[in-house]
Amino acid sequence: MIPELGHFALILALLLSTAQAFFSFGGAARGTEPWMAAGRTAVVGQFVFIALAFGALAWSFVERDFSVLYVASNSHSELPLFYRIAAVWGAHEGSLLLWSLILAGWTLAVTAASSSLDAPFRSRVLGFLGLISIGFQLFMLGTSNPFTRLMPAAAEGLDLNPLLQDFALAVHPPILYLGYVGFSVAFAFACATLFEGRLDAAWARWTRPWTLVAWLFLTIGIALGSWWAYYELGWGGWWFWDAVENASFMPWLAGTALIHSLAVTEKRGLFKSWTLLLAISAFSLSLLGTFLVRSGVLISVHAFATDPERGIFILAFLTVVVGGSLLMYAWRAPRLKSSAGFEVTSRESFMLFNNALVVTALSLILLGTLYPLFMDALELGKVSVGPPYFNLVFLVPMLPLLALLGVGMHAAWKRGLLAAMRTRLYAVAGASVAASAIIGAAAYGEVRPMTTIGFALAIWVMLSSLLVPLVRLRSRQRLPAAVLGMVFAHFGVGLATLGITGVESFKVEKDFALGIGDGVTIAGYDFKYAALRDVRGPNYNGVEADVVVSRRGEPVAVLKPQKRHYNSGGNPLSEAGIEVGAARDLFAALGDDLGQGRWSFRLQYKPLIRFVWLGAILVALGGLFAALDHRYRRRVTAEVRDAAAAALP
Amino acid sequence: MTPRRKRLLAVLGILVGVGAAAALATLAFEDNLLYFYNPSQVLAGDAPQGRTFRIGGMVTDGSLERTEGTLEVRFVVTDYRNSIPVRYEGLLPDLFREGQGMIAHGRMGTGGEFVADEVLAKHDENYMPPEVAESLHDPQPARVAE
Amino acid sequence: MKLSLRFLVPAILFAALAAVLAIGLRHDPNRLPSALIGKPAPSFSLESLGDPAWKVGSSDLAGQTWVLNVWGTWCPPCREEHPTLVAIASENRVPMMGLNWRDDRTLAMRWLAQLGNPYVSVAYDPEGRTAIDWGVTGAPETFLIDANGIVVRKYVGPMTMDIWQKEFVPLLPAGGAGR
Repeated sequence: MIPELGHFALILALLLSTAQAFFSFGGAARGTEPWMAAGRTAVVGQFVFIALAFGALAWSFVERDFSVLYVASNSHSELPLFYRIAAVWGAHEGSLLLWSLILAGWTLAVTAASSSLDAPFRSRVLGFLGLISIGFQLFMLGTSNPFTRLMPAAAEGLDLNPLLQDFALAVHPPILYLGYVGFSVAFAFACATLFEGRLDAAWARWTRPWTLVAWLFLTIGIALGSWWAYYELGWGGWWFWDAVENASFMPWLAGTALIHSLAVTEKRGLFKSWTLLLAISAFSLSLLGTFLVRSGVLISVHAFATDPERGIFILAFLTVVVGGSLLMYAWRAPRLKSSAGFEVTSRESFMLFNNALVVTALSLILLGTLYPLFMDALELGKVSVGPPYFNLVFLVPMLPLLALLGVGMHAAWKRGLLAAMRTRLYAVAGASVAASAIIGAAAYGEVRPMTTIGFALAIWVMLSSLLVPLVRLRSRQRLPAAVLGMVFAHFGVGLATLGITGVESFKVEKDFALGIGDGVTIAGYDFKYAALRDVRGPNYNGVEADVVVSRRGEPVAVLKPQKRHYNSGGNPLSEAGIEVGAARDLFAALGDDLGQGRWSFRLQYKPLIRFVWLGAILVALGGLFAALDHRYRRRVTAEVRDAAAAALP
Repeated sequence: MTPRRKRLLAVLGILVGVGAAAALATLAFEDNLLYFYNPSQVLAGDAPQGRTFRIGGMVTDGSLERTEGTLEVRFVVTDYRNSIPVRYEGLLPDLFREGQGMIAHGRMGTGGEFVADEVLAKHDENYMPPEVAESLHDPQPARVAE
Repeated sequence: MKLSLRFLVPAILFAALAAVLAIGLRHDPNRLPSALIGKPAPSFSLESLGDPAWKVGSSDLAGQTWVLNVWGTWCPPCREEHPTLVAIASENRVPMMGLNWRDDRTLAMRWLAQLGNPYVSVAYDPEGRTAIDWGVTGAPETFLIDANGIVVRKYVGPMTMDIWQKEFVPLLPAGGAGR
């Protein structure tokens, strides 16, 4: 009964999305308030019914209803409650429902917060969001229905993939989707702006906080995925330039360029058409990412062919959304020229550099990700592009970016860098280079060119960020949330760079065959395989090893890597033993029984790796501060209300 | 600086930037493009000698062997038409199993065996990597006389 | 409505990408249908492999859970999976029907005689029309159909005991064979 109700709720949600789009666009075109109000009511209705549908599916999982095919395929009677709920978005159909729910949520939020917007414009924004909702709901009802029944009901489910039975990966999709889907708000604003042929920059001020919030969730989502891969999957690797990772990193890069570009458009009315293009790109990359990952086409173009119905729908949806918005852009953008000037060392200039470098990196990563696709489609062989390509094309633009970042933060709008600031910055630069060489020599015993550059840039960015509040407070200026946000975010970037440079320069990863009592030494740490025992969990059993770590005779930690067999069958899973530290992680993973009483181990020394994720958290926190700045909440309302009042006949 | 000069400079800047990016991409692609071959293609000589590439197929049931007490493993990869022995030293990924698909990264060693420096596993529940599935799955099969 | 050329560049680039993705959709000119999961099993009525006068069809096993296995003597992975199919059939939990695809009748019958016959019946599809209806792109492929005639599982590639246990057995109705 409940699954059928869920299915029915989904159909109603589709009808309401259609109503939302119809009445919003119609009302805006005809200028009739009742229609526009109806559109807004439809938003609420759509949210309610999508939530009901999601609730019905969640209920089916919690109650272990194996008469629902999706539940039977992704759950198990012994699966703990938390993972039964997380399994809702564990596969294709459910994750579409989650996406649709989050989109409905964002739409509701925009509706609630936009009452001071010019009514037809507001309606058109909701209209575009409605069109996207229709697309997803049609996709579900047409090709990927989560409520399909299985008759007779299965005796037992196929279980959730053990890799997904993990806290980080359970919450990873919702957080990532909050980011992906959040970019649809900027997208809808951009489309409404283009559609109306607006020449002003008010939309930039409106879009900025929404974009910041979406971007900060995406930052957390990506960091979460990296952290998960580190301890669960990649045997200590934290980034692989895997197609799946790139699919989330590319929208993030577009989003980073977007939030900076929005700043310029909002402040000085410049880069208008470019910012609009970025807003379209960020969401397009989100869509592309979701679909390409789900359909497997990034690995094999012909993955579409094994499920052509879904493939055709995805392609049609992408064409309409992305193609349509790009055509609107081509139609309206030529008229959006602005002629304000700015100095070479002004803030605008640095934002321009930021955009140019970030977009260059983004384009090259996109090229590398899609290249195998092109080769396969043209039947030129099956290629894959290895991590060295991505490392190189990402690193090269980032080096000048980090250097310029340290300066750009202090540049004033229009005029540029003040003389006093220049002196301070030279001093900071010198200190950074010195500190970098010292750290390299003292902490790790060697000074390498790339490592020194990396450390120097990291410290440069961090010190330069700290300089901002120092200078402001000394000259008795206020420190608004937006500036604080910038400081946190840029400091986070520096910290992450420090971590990345440290771990990639000095990490040690090695495989060993060890018998009980055997020991090895890595980076000054002594690892000894001390014991092996059986372990048992709620839905698995396995073995656990004790790896005792000491340094210069002093005990440091006991790592406990496990090898688990899940009751539902399938491949055994390795759980790593990790000792977390500010300066380094120590890592042990258990391999296989090699016979003769020996087991294989992968032992690792990972310096500064925690800084990578800590840096990412600071970046996200910076985004949060910036989004909460009072400037957005008060001034916007007053200004736009005045403008709207002035525009009335 | 006149607006015209500024525009010229901007266009020049864009050209230089795009040129630099293209050069970077070309440089990065060299040596970092990995081609995939199945065992039949390798035996036919399609795979490059002395360079790393990827090989994939099904791990033949019963072919997994360990040198007792060491990290060295050997197994056979097949596409049901031809097979190639593989040698690897290190930890095998969790998703590696006999009778399932796998992809290895490495080069041909002396004696017709593939020396892998990495054995890859995908982090999803598909047992058959799509490249492997495609190479095994021939819509226009050749008739094999019994 | 003036479409300035420079501003069309993003749209053009996207069109190129969409074209590449569309290429991925091409396959057989007969336009293969979707993966069928969750949809009713396409009905068919074909000659039995052993006796052309006898008809074998999807309605034979209606009302119970059953398995359809697509195979041919020309297909090496089918040869690999055959012992597994025989073992599965000997457990007698669910009836398995064979679909002999684009094959030679004599060779197919000889194969079953030599290697064992796991099928309750075998439909002979020399032209491959039924296989196309089922979205078959190669052999072997194995389908699980429930008592309502809905396709609930499809496996592409040689069947192994492990995959059978993990992906098919849990979806079988509790207790006894068939019904």
